Amino acid sequence: MKMPIQEKLAKWFIWGSALLTVSILALIVGYVMVQGLGQLSISFFLENPRKMGSEGGIFSPLVGTIYFTLLTMLLAIPVGVGAAVYLSEFTREGPLVRVIRFFSDALAGIPSIVIGLFGFAFFVVLLEPITGGWSIISGSLTAFCMILPIIIRVTEEALQAIPNSYREGSLALGVSKWDTVMNVVLPSALPGIFTASLLGIGRVIGETAALLLTLGGSLLIPKSIFSPARTLSMHLYLVAMETGEFGVAFGTAAVLILLILLINLGGYYLVQRLTRRMVGD
Amino acid sequence: METKNKFEIHNLDLYYGSNKVLKDINLDIASHQVTALIGPSGCGKSSLLRTLNRMNDLIPSARVEGSVLLDGEDIYDSETDVVGLRNRVGMVFQSPNPFPKSIFENVAYGPRRHGERDRKVLKEIVVRSLKEAALWNEVKDSLHKSAFQLSGGQQQRLCIARALAVQPEVLLMDEPCSALDPISTSRVEDLIHELKKDYTIIIVTHNMQQAARVSQYTAFLLTGSLIEFDETDKIFTKPSKEETEGYITGRFG
Repeated sequence: MKMPIQEKLAKWFIWGSALLTVSILALIVGYVMVQGLGQLSISFFLENPRKMGSEGGIFSPLVGTIYFTLLTMLLAIPVGVGAAVYLSEFTREGPLVRVIRFFSDALAGIPSIVIGLFGFAFFVVLLEPITGGWSIISGSLTAFCMILPIIIRVTEEALQAIPNSYREGSLALGVSKWDTVMNVVLPSALPGIFTASLLGIGRVIGETAALLLTLGGSLLIPKSIFSPARTLSMHLYLVAMETGEFGVAFGTAAVLILLILLINLGGYYLVQRLTRRMVGD
Repeated sequence: METKNKFEIHNLDLYYGSNKVLKDINLDIASHQVTALIGPSGCGKSSLLRTLNRMNDLIPSARVEGSVLLDGEDIYDSETDVVGLRNRVGMVFQSPNPFPKSIFENVAYGPRRHGERDRKVLKEIVVRSLKEAALWNEVKDSLHKSAFQLSGGQQQRLCIARALAVQPEVLLMDEPCSALDPISTSRVEDLIHELKKDYTIIIVTHNMQQAARVSQYTAFLLTGSLIEFDETDKIFTKPSKEETEGYITGRFG
């Protein structure tokens, strides 16, 4: 039998699109890796940047990235998951829920530089006595505003994917609503919540614009969450734009890509293990 | 009828929004017997079942009028502890709904949530419940495997074991065999025979042979009304209402 011409065309188109997507990704990652991997050495990881970052390594931005990302996730995951659980398990669909959801979605659509400007005016300037001005906490609170809607949305979707029969099965055993959510619904949604968190981390690690306004950009190793710092993404931008040392910038980019790859693979592995432990072998 | 009544349902109306799905139901459910609720799709038999452990509360628009007495106490009283009620009145659903946990954890779930911490006691409860549900021999070597690896019939018996583990007084079964093959169905039916010694059972079924096989009493519902309620033998041999006869002889439904 011969394939009709439309089907043939459609097939070629789909294959072409897939191939194009993969090649673009491979091209970008490949180019960055070719340019950047040569820069990497043990001293590149362990030395602090010198001369505005045009020389030396990336130790302090790496530490800054880890501090900043951890703090942001520590703030955003509990609040985001809590809000999602409240919205999808403990309220009935009503005007209030729709309003909350509308604002949450609107927040997700605001350009990050605008949130950055707000973060600068509010956390850095107005709350300076508390946050210490440009600091990790100011940057984290700003990034928190950015990723909260994402975490809420993805977690809500994960919760809504849990079959109602689990909830009914638990309630019918004389288990309270709260215990049902904590012991059946949330554990079943854990892989989805993990995905939400990974998306959040990816967004936070890649964020630059909002952080230029709030994190400060110090080249020193941060002493506490009230010290200014810079992340790898900021470092990449500042080095490339201010010193023109593209070698260091590509090295930083390579580390950034490797870091994201590592977090995603680690996350994937953890989700698999968690699911297996929960469900049994 | 000299048996004690577990449930006494008086003038029960149930609304979903403005839709009246149960109309003035009056029904006594005998203790330690199997009562079958039969009738065509949409007649309200599942809804009636769900009024008995207040699962209808989960539907926002549901509203109940009349009273349902469990051992003489109205379960729709504003003082009623719904969680405690569901502990006394267990339920098995239409399609098996084990949790995504191991076989052991599925059965231990209820007792754990009710505060049992002792691993030895939990293990005893799990073994007893699985034996009661006639599943023990098939799963005793794989208690820590996922419940999802069991066949549909085994999963349904696991759900029965899970319900029995919290030691209810009543077991509500909502078409428990509709997703099962004939062999699994006959196993569950045998099980119902065994269980009625210790529990009061109310079963909704589409299958009239099943109602005839497992129950002592049968209630026939049609478009939200209770048409006839009597001993099962009588319903299937000498029904007193024309509608009942029409249904059981297969003229409609």
